[in-house]
Amino acid sequence: MHRNQEKSKDFVGTMIKLFKNLDHWRYLLIIAVLFAFSAAILSTIAPNRLAGVTDVISAGIKPNTKKLEKISKTMYHNALDNYFTVINPQYNNTNNNSNSATDNTEKLINYLNKLTEQEKRIIFTEIEVDNVIISTEDQLKYLEIINTIDKDTVIDDLLVKMDDLPDSIKGLIEPKMNTQELKRKAIVLGIIYLLNSIFGYAEGIIMAYVGIGYARKLRSDISHKINKLPLRYFDSHEAGDILSRVTNDVDTIGINISDAVTSLVTNVTLFLGSIIMMFVTNWIMALTAIASSIIGFALSFMLLRISQKYFVQRQKELGNLNGHIEEIYSGHSVVKSYNGEEEALKEFNKINDRLYECNRKSQFLSGIMQPIMSFIGNFGYVMVCVVGALLVMNNYITFGVIVAFMIYVRLFTNPLSRIAQALTTMQSVGAAGERVFEFLEEVELSDESNIKSKLDRDNVKGNIEFKNIKFGYSKDKTIIKNFTASVKSGDKIAIVGPTGAGKTTMVNLLMKFYEIDEGDILIDGVSIKDLTRSNIHELFDMVLQDTWLFEGSVRENLVFNNKGITDDDLWKVCKNVGIDHFIKTLPKGLGASVGDSNTISSGQKQLLTIARGMIEDAPFLILDEATSNVDTRTEELVQKAMDKLTVGKTSFIIAHRLSTIKNADLILVMDEGNIVEQGKHEELLKKNGFYAKLYNSQFQK
Amino acid sequence: MVRIFKNLEKRDFWIILVIATLVITSVFLDLRIPEYMSEITRLVQTENSTMNEILTSGGHMILCAVLSLICTITVGFFSSLLAAKFSRTMRRKIFEKVESFGIAEIKKFKTSSLITRTTNDVTQIEMLLAMGLQLLIKSPVMAIWALTKIIGKSTELSLVTGVGVIIIVVTNLTIISIVSPRFKIIQSLTDKLNGVARENILGVRVVSAFNAEKFMMKRFGKVNDELSDIHLTITKTFALFDPIMNFVMHFQHLGIYIIGAMLIIKSNMMDKITMFSNMVVFSSYGIQVIFSFLMLTMIFMILPRARVSANRINEVLDEEPSIKSGDFKGKTNEKGTVEFRNVSFKYPDADEYLLKNISFKAEKGETVAFIGSTGSGKSTLINLVPRLYDATLGEVFVDGVNVKDYDLHELNNRIGYIAQTAFMFTGSVYDNVSYGDNGKEKPSLDKVKEAIKIAQGKDFVEKMDKDYKAHIARGGTNVSGGQKQRLSIARAIARDPEIYIFDDSFSALDYQTDAKLRAELKKHMKDATSLIVAQRIGTIMNADKIIVLDKGECVGVGTHQELLKNCDIYKEIALSQLSEEELQNA
Repeated sequence: MHRNQEKSKDFVGTMIKLFKNLDHWRYLLIIAVLFAFSAAILSTIAPNRLAGVTDVISAGIKPNTKKLEKISKTMYHNALDNYFTVINPQYNNTNNNSNSATDNTEKLINYLNKLTEQEKRIIFTEIEVDNVIISTEDQLKYLEIINTIDKDTVIDDLLVKMDDLPDSIKGLIEPKMNTQELKRKAIVLGIIYLLNSIFGYAEGIIMAYVGIGYARKLRSDISHKINKLPLRYFDSHEAGDILSRVTNDVDTIGINISDAVTSLVTNVTLFLGSIIMMFVTNWIMALTAIASSIIGFALSFMLLRISQKYFVQRQKELGNLNGHIEEIYSGHSVVKSYNGEEEALKEFNKINDRLYECNRKSQFLSGIMQPIMSFIGNFGYVMVCVVGALLVMNNYITFGVIVAFMIYVRLFTNPLSRIAQALTTMQSVGAAGERVFEFLEEVELSDESNIKSKLDRDNVKGNIEFKNIKFGYSKDKTIIKNFTASVKSGDKIAIVGPTGAGKTTMVNLLMKFYEIDEGDILIDGVSIKDLTRSNIHELFDMVLQDTWLFEGSVRENLVFNNKGITDDDLWKVCKNVGIDHFIKTLPKGLGASVGDSNTISSGQKQLLTIARGMIEDAPFLILDEATSNVDTRTEELVQKAMDKLTVGKTSFIIAHRLSTIKNADLILVMDEGNIVEQGKHEELLKKNGFYAKLYNSQFQK
Repeated sequence: MVRIFKNLEKRDFWIILVIATLVITSVFLDLRIPEYMSEITRLVQTENSTMNEILTSGGHMILCAVLSLICTITVGFFSSLLAAKFSRTMRRKIFEKVESFGIAEIKKFKTSSLITRTTNDVTQIEMLLAMGLQLLIKSPVMAIWALTKIIGKSTELSLVTGVGVIIIVVTNLTIISIVSPRFKIIQSLTDKLNGVARENILGVRVVSAFNAEKFMMKRFGKVNDELSDIHLTITKTFALFDPIMNFVMHFQHLGIYIIGAMLIIKSNMMDKITMFSNMVVFSSYGIQVIFSFLMLTMIFMILPRARVSANRINEVLDEEPSIKSGDFKGKTNEKGTVEFRNVSFKYPDADEYLLKNISFKAEKGETVAFIGSTGSGKSTLINLVPRLYDATLGEVFVDGVNVKDYDLHELNNRIGYIAQTAFMFTGSVYDNVSYGDNGKEKPSLDKVKEAIKIAQGKDFVEKMDKDYKAHIARGGTNVSGGQKQRLSIARAIARDPEIYIFDDSFSALDYQTDAKLRAELKKHMKDATSLIVAQRIGTIMNADKIIVLDKGECVGVGTHQELLKNCDIYKEIALSQLSEEELQNA
């Protein structure tokens, strides 16, 4: 985990590799990106459309005051006309020369209002406004209501009074929402929203296939690579490290690369899109929204940087703590019996305290990001409202624009933090990718495609010659200095010597696990350099000191990759090795699972590996300390069984316990990379040299 | 789950109270914000409102936002403090507990599991405290409060919000119920993938020797496919999440607008503006309500995981170490003696006794050796001396005092125990050899040098870069098995104990080094008593007393020569290693 947080050394290079490897999914990736892009575009268009809907709705709230004026004008005109013609025709002449027309009208209206009910009924005859007929009754009612209104009447009261207006007039001045338009706009918006979700889902599904397919490919690449690497690689690299690449690093890439890519596409589009749309909608409001968010952005970026630092530190301390705990827990019996608890606790507390500090800080800093972002949102909202209100009052914009901007502020503030997040994710993807590619690019075993010669397993005689071999695992340290020996077909060869003499190394060279630096090994006169590794491996049965079995049944483990092995064959071999009885006691016999190490002891495991080696039945046999985990009595039994099997086979036996190899046809005594003595057991003892010393040290006081 | 929080201190509850108060305050403030929003909306809509009024409302709204921000930041501060402190305490408690464990408890839990319990599981709980606590208080309060704000205002609009909430909750719970069992499978499949790859790496020589590369890749491929398929199901399910959330929120917004519009058309002129501002309020409160339900469902995601972790931690804390320290610290009459009186041993859950009725006494300066085939109980027997296990029946005495009566430190001060697998700590050669505490001063560099020399490690240590200060990597990966064994023997020597216990500690040494080492030891620790477990006859044939074990029973006691004459099993073991003639000559 803490590795993921590390910054990669060559970010750009790794990214290029990552995407080159994604080539297989190129088209899917492009389609997904297009979906993400379209969804983002739709998201930026939506608020603008929503503004349209809002405008249609808000057009339907305010009463039509102009219409009201028109009605009263028409009404009074009609009434006046009637008054002059019916009641007082002279009036017109007397006041005809008046200068101020409005004055006149007002006076007249006041005058009309003071007329008696009877008179009003006569002069307020039916009128027609915009094809609506307003009856005398309605007009009188209107007058009644209108007369209670003066300049000080509050808006709310005004609206209440309007509700009491006769239907004919109310129908005219009542706010009319354009329902047709509303329907049209709402449907368009609905389609935009729906498409937005569908595109988003399509993009998510495609990216799931891409990301997981990619992870699957990387994992299987690593698995292939494991079997193509020279053994040398595993000498200097821990299994845990490779495993962490298979799981942690690949997961980091698989899960994050698709998220990060689409998040980047979506949010960059949203960000740019919302800026463009804001300016398209209204530039003053756009500037307001951007300006009010900028300080917040600066602040949160700063926080992100600082918290990042503490996160890295936290992962590091967590790693330290993990390491310490692992050490103390696994060395528990030493810690306890050496009274090391206090020392361990002291160290633990030291790391624990440090972890606490960065834990608290990173937790705090990352925790306040969200509230700060929402504050920016709120702040932007108010600014947009205030500036918007100002503009609405001056009739620069409609209310819908404000509503649109309320959403734009959010659309605009969210992407930046998401982009920042995606970039840090990409960074951890980069770090993980680097580790994966580093492994995938390791130098592989030498190419063998031009090797044509082949030794046939059934016709091999079994003469092996070692010629002046020189070899070292690293250039500066020679392990095998000058090894020369020749082995005759059917011989049992023992290689003995103190630890570090190079016994196992010789076997490694014979099996072509490592390439010889100088000299040559010839099998039936053919140099192993001219044989493929798999050809050589075909010729050898090999049983190693480590009791390697995989998780599966006893049968699977014994058959391994051999073909056409029947249970009878298995039982025969098991009997020879002496584990037939043990297997029969297992719950499912050959079907019993190995791997859960509780049921099978390491000695029994070793016997299983010996049986597995025998099933392969190749012309050569190598036993590399194959019986070191078995107690000496069992070893003797196995040894006898093997002697029977190795009749006629050239076999190499490496052993710690010299008792096992006393009957060898040839004992090669190695010390510091050379053969110092060779011969049979008795001969060597008589020589009273290195072997004798080694042998007698068993009985030293 | 609740029980784990009993580990909180009194002061922590005050912190939680402060957090709760602040969270509720911030919810209150957060919910005021939409009110000001609608106020502003109304003002903007109404013609003769003044700029001043808008500024006042805007100012209030920003004030609310600022106060809420301050509250949340303070909450963040306190909850991160609480969480970090709690996790520190829990880690320490678990660590101390594990240190008090005997081998039996460690085996029961398994080391790797104890490690994850100390780190990962604590982190889960920490997360719950850091974020979950806020969420736990905030989301229900928010959800209910926001609901009360809208519920009286308009049935129709409430209905739209309600439908949104239901859809969100249902989809969320569905997604969680699809995904969370699969997460468990993923966990086990990842373990399996790790296992298969690990097998391949560890057995790379065997795989290569058997030309079984394709076979292994097929095995890996199978798990890889399984894992990828489940990953795909999960990711595809999660891919639904965002689009559905967006869909619901968008359509809720749109729905509120459309229904709002219809209500506006129907209502009186007087109610139209109110209706309109209601509509705007609903669209923002509606989102709040949906968010708080979203958060609530999130808790369903965090809680089960945290509960599992809490249980795993409690298991460790509840485990009573089977081995309890006594309090004897005084002087003893005897020195350097070990005595077993009718000792039998079986593992707590086992039916069969591993050791049956063992009695012997090792006097000061004597070497007592134990031999027997694999599984005969040799290691178990000597593990009873430093109380890695306790005898089931009978008694074990060190210096004439029952080991159960000793203060454990006091007992360990008398013993130099060398385990079967040599264990190295990260640090220098010096740190490793001078490790621990024996009630005296830390051994000096000279003493460490001397100990390493006796343990036949001088040559290789002095060849290392920076010799005695040379760094030993984690797990001792930069030294060989034989070197580790020699260093751990030196570690015991540097302790200067009365009693040495060698649990098959010479197995990785070749005969010559083994012989030399033992000769040197003999010279330097004349007074010290040694208990030696070994496989090789050569290692033990010179012991003062050899105890032959077979299936947990003592089948022979005596010297090499005596046993050759009168113990068949011993003779068999010896003959499997050396010839008759060699045995006689030795």
